[in-house]
Amino acid sequence: MQKFTTVTGVAVPMRRSNVDTDQIIPAVFLKRVTKTGFEDALFYGWRQDPEFILNQPAYQSPKVLVVGADFGTGSSREHAVWALRDFGFDVVLSPRFGDIFRGNSGKQGLLAGQISEDDAETLWGILEANPGIELTVDLVASTASVGDLTVSFEVDEYTRWRLLEGLDDIGLTLRDEARIAEFESHREPWRPRTLPARQVNL
Amino acid sequence: MTNAVITDPPTPDIRPRTLAEKVWDKHLVAKGENGTPDLIYIDLHLVHEVTSPQAFDGLRLAGRPVRRPDLTIATEDHNTPTLAIDRPIADLTSRTQIETLRRNCAEFGIRLHSLGDIEQGIVHVVGPQLGLTQPGITVVCGDSHTSTHGAFGAMALGIGTSEVEHVMATQTLPLKPFKTMAITVDGTLRPGVTAKDIILAVIARIGTGGGQGYVLEYRGSAIRALSMEGRMTICNMSIEAGARAGMVAPDATTYAYLKGRAHAPAGTDWDDAVAYWDTLATDEGATFDAEVILDADTLEPFVTWGTNPGQGVSLSDTVPNPAEIADANERSAAERALEYMDLAAGTAMKDIRVDTVFLGSCTNSRVEDLRAAAEIIKGKSIADGVRMLVVPGSARVRIEAEAEGLDQIFLAFGAEWRFAGCSMCLGMNPDQLAPGERCASTSNRNFEGRQGKGGRTHLVSPLVAAATAIRGTLSSPWDLVQDGTLGHEAVPAVFVPASV
Repeated sequence: MQKFTTVTGVAVPMRRSNVDTDQIIPAVFLKRVTKTGFEDALFYGWRQDPEFILNQPAYQSPKVLVVGADFGTGSSREHAVWALRDFGFDVVLSPRFGDIFRGNSGKQGLLAGQISEDDAETLWGILEANPGIELTVDLVASTASVGDLTVSFEVDEYTRWRLLEGLDDIGLTLRDEARIAEFESHREPWRPRTLPARQVNL
Repeated sequence: MTNAVITDPPTPDIRPRTLAEKVWDKHLVAKGENGTPDLIYIDLHLVHEVTSPQAFDGLRLAGRPVRRPDLTIATEDHNTPTLAIDRPIADLTSRTQIETLRRNCAEFGIRLHSLGDIEQGIVHVVGPQLGLTQPGITVVCGDSHTSTHGAFGAMALGIGTSEVEHVMATQTLPLKPFKTMAITVDGTLRPGVTAKDIILAVIARIGTGGGQGYVLEYRGSAIRALSMEGRMTICNMSIEAGARAGMVAPDATTYAYLKGRAHAPAGTDWDDAVAYWDTLATDEGATFDAEVILDADTLEPFVTWGTNPGQGVSLSDTVPNPAEIADANERSAAERALEYMDLAAGTAMKDIRVDTVFLGSCTNSRVEDLRAAAEIIKGKSIADGVRMLVVPGSARVRIEAEAEGLDQIFLAFGAEWRFAGCSMCLGMNPDQLAPGERCASTSNRNFEGRQGKGGRTHLVSPLVAAATAIRGTLSSPWDLVQDGTLGHEAVPAVFVPASV
């Protein structure tokens, strides 16, 4: 994973709350077996509407999405994160995220920063008045700045550290391999095992 | 004064703990320090074709094996057709995904139940059915409805693909401790009211974000009285309230369900397991970070009117008026939802006509669900212009239902009797709504386009689904009684006595 420090780019004001992962990427696109190439699938249903914000000329190469509360609720599909990332987004700012989505983001280098409802409203106002204006997100300071305005966002410390360092979770965990093996040596024999397969006709 | 070093005797952990905390503590491999998460051991990893290919790829690239194939099991469910399952899958991308899972499982030594196998089915139906889902374990799956397994008193978490890879490689997950919320449901459900109505009412109460950061524990006499199937329905939809997991403390009902299942402990292992399981219930005096109380006595069948599972009302109610919603965001979400659903504020829910009825999904596709619906439709005919899909949750559920003659009841009624899978819950296979079609669905999500582009979904219980298929409009079994179509005594009370 690449280190994440600051990002400057076009910010998209999306005045919608409860944007579930079925809206971010419909299930029909989950049949692919690759981890990239999902940019065409992002917000697929809404993009059929020529008026949809991502169809507007000012927002053709965006990097930051500023969206309403409860973004990324619903399905666990990490494809939602891949689609945002493939489309070019590095940051999503929202007053509240679906838990699984937020976790997935942190593992894929997409920054999910939590902002207040008031700051979301203020940012929308500025972005809508200046379509295509660039916004700077500084992960070191945990701030987002546009024009004269700077707002702060929250991201949990551990995710922030991993993003700043560009660390891979599995590698980090495997440093504790001995402790995992130690834990396994005490596991009760009656805990379930899938192998060997057993069958009972009920 | 002596120079002896006085050390405190080790104090036993006497702090009263919740069920969730006990399961968490038991699986702690390493305690996080300075803001790092805890490392939690995973007892059971369920895998399916949609969220695993990229995880297997990651392992391959890094040259890592699956650490514990003996704690991992895979099934094909999201993409699988529910017709002509003996023929190659027509949709080529679906076929590729299924074939990729088969190759990956063969390469990494993972047990797989493929289409046509007796244990194939929706991953959340298969785990409990095999007896793999047990009290006090940690279960993960790359699917948000993993919360289903919490019905057994397990900590069951839906995870993303990066985490799937992480569990495959390490059998652990780095996790931050969750907050706990008690959902207490006391009282007795009236006949015709089910577990599905409880959870739809809970979500309408706390909202789709209300459970965020929490593990929910469902408690109270109405929960205790539910069968395992009912508890699974409730825990299944915890994620629709935004929660990471939902749990019910194990009891005699849990043990009766598990005993004798293929992978349930046997002999002295059973006794040892039960002795541990009996310690799991939340201690007297343990505190929750939040509590919600719901009265089962007054609960009515519940249905959704909008495009998220929190947008629900009693079936006897009307479509709400967005203008009366105080919160601006919720108001605009409601306006947008009514436009998408093509509904006018003030319309009686019971006046809403449907085109399709879907009985299935990891929420409501177990044999008890099929039985309850069959009881209502037995000897009747489906409403004109309505199609009904009945999709059992697993191949075994299908066989069990057929042994009871339920398939014949559905077919005689005019419904379609399909093979097992996720089917129309999310329409990854050909089972989809056409644009503009309206569906009464026993599934878990009424999101825009979820069941097919432009499709409109009303979430309902199996009993409401059955009554709706007869009348053509959203209905409860009691509407049939009022019509004279159904005898009073036929309205099932789908709970089991607490003494079981």
